Amino acid sequence: MNEEAENHELTADEKKLFEDLMPEDLNEIMDTGFNRRHFLKLMTIAGTGMLAAHLLGTEQLLARPLSPAYVDNLSAGIENAVKVSFKVNGIKKSIEVDPRMTLLDTLRERMQLTGSKKGCDHGQCGTCTVIADGRRILSCLTLAASCEGRSITTIEGIANDHDLHPMQASFIKHDGFQCGYCTSGQICSAVALLTEAKNGDASYVSADIRKRPAALQLSEHEIRERMSGNICRCGAYPNIVAAILEVQSGKAVEQTWNFAG
Amino acid sequence: MRPFKYTRIDTIPSAVKLAGANINAKFLAGGTNILDLMKEDVAQPDELIDISALKLTQIRVLTDGVNKGGVSIGALAKNAETANHELIRMQYPLLTQAILAGASAQIRNMATNGGNIMQRTRCPYFYEVAMPCNKRVPGSGCGAMEGINRMHAIFGWSEKCIAVHPSDMAVALAAYDAIVLVQNREGQQRRFSFTDFHRLPGEMPEKDNNLVAGELITAIELPRNNYADHTYYLKVRDRSSYAFALVSVAAGLELNGNKIASARIAMGGVAHKPWRALRAEQLLAGKEPTEANFKAAAELEMEAAKPLAGNKFKVELGKRSIVRALNVAMNNDGNK
Repeated sequence: MNEEAENHELTADEKKLFEDLMPEDLNEIMDTGFNRRHFLKLMTIAGTGMLAAHLLGTEQLLARPLSPAYVDNLSAGIENAVKVSFKVNGIKKSIEVDPRMTLLDTLRERMQLTGSKKGCDHGQCGTCTVIADGRRILSCLTLAASCEGRSITTIEGIANDHDLHPMQASFIKHDGFQCGYCTSGQICSAVALLTEAKNGDASYVSADIRKRPAALQLSEHEIRERMSGNICRCGAYPNIVAAILEVQSGKAVEQTWNFAG
Repeated sequence: MRPFKYTRIDTIPSAVKLAGANINAKFLAGGTNILDLMKEDVAQPDELIDISALKLTQIRVLTDGVNKGGVSIGALAKNAETANHELIRMQYPLLTQAILAGASAQIRNMATNGGNIMQRTRCPYFYEVAMPCNKRVPGSGCGAMEGINRMHAIFGWSEKCIAVHPSDMAVALAAYDAIVLVQNREGQQRRFSFTDFHRLPGEMPEKDNNLVAGELITAIELPRNNYADHTYYLKVRDRSSYAFALVSVAAGLELNGNKIASARIAMGGVAHKPWRALRAEQLLAGKEPTEANFKAAAELEMEAAKPLAGNKFKVELGKRSIVRALNVAMNNDGNK
């Protein structure tokens, strides 16, 4: 077998992916002889989150919107099609959907917003959490057809352009993830959680239901109870709680670690 | 998921008319249970009637009728809104606590009050379509009876079904003697006392409640009560949050001097419907609120328990849960 023959050139799709991820580096890399093996290695590294830290800068990656050039043309021939209009990250979207289509699948498959993840698809893990009209909900148990007139915020709409939302920055600082799969759900959930606390909403572990403080300062115990709808199989909970506590306090705490190298 | 027709409606008459005309239609409100059941192929409606635009979200003081001075909660008010509404937190803290003991913040933001009491059992044999289940397919048998049944009923079950009702909210509603208001396709209203709304399985476990086809829950009325100073909802589960109850107890005490004027106790996770512990309540009336009396009441109530092979632990757990819930309610020290 001629190994070299397999490795020479990137496919058109791979080149496109690379262009999306690292546009400024593309020409340089192509000129200096970039082979497929190197590409796959890079993509594997990207899967661990290292690409974000080393090559792009984590912040740039997390704040980056997906390609705006995508055109949805999948609405032809849908059975029982329903027309629906709702806002996603401030932009009005009008589409025709199969009534079976969940909000999660619509975001991911029809709007190219793949930040929201599908974990269990049964409302048990919280990975698909998005914010609808200011409240955190599960996009896997929401039909897109039922979203008429609603305003949805996904992880892609949390940041202010290229400035991270404080919760995103805090998750990075406190290493609030390992594999990262639950992270977009955790962050959306945590952002809405702080709004609930500001409103003085109670939880099952609140000491006195009948007292409503103007703005709650949540203890670690309270945060754990209120975030229980977001499961993290890597067990990054201590760091997630630390990240939320820092944002709630509004005061920066010292970062106790740095990226290697 | 099987194909279905999605219909959005905006008036109650059109909702009940549509539902009455199609026996295979289901109402869609929060969707947290029905969509899950459809994904699992447990529920197979050919039409979903989206009622979420109906104006049934009000939470208000009742100014007339038998429950004047009580509170009405709309069928389509969200669980989270209801739990945190000022009227509910101040006058019905047991309901707030029970709602907040269930599910997760995300699900409570989606789920409605009507949907909550309509939710189906989480019996794994009901959910797994490869298994027999009399509730899912009448006459097919019960997989849980000889199966893994540690989560199942100890009261009121039948040979046909040993599933339990999963709602926490409904347990508090049973304790408060709530009224369920429904409307039928002729526009007539029916009122159910809460303990008559859900059914025991008997010979027809496929029927969870006494609604007839096309009927729509419009509101739930909460009568005035004098328990607010002494209530507690205790939920015992396999993990500390976001899990269904092994046993739960909603407890409320009204005191008169150093005596109990009246007690309300309802249990979750033990029967096909929220289980009112009437014998325990009767024993406590007029007695002093001591741990010895709480224990006597718990013993008396649990005498009637008929545990299964896998859930004998629930009898002792139930007793201790009743005593603990009453103790905390008495001392009114919240969750400390």
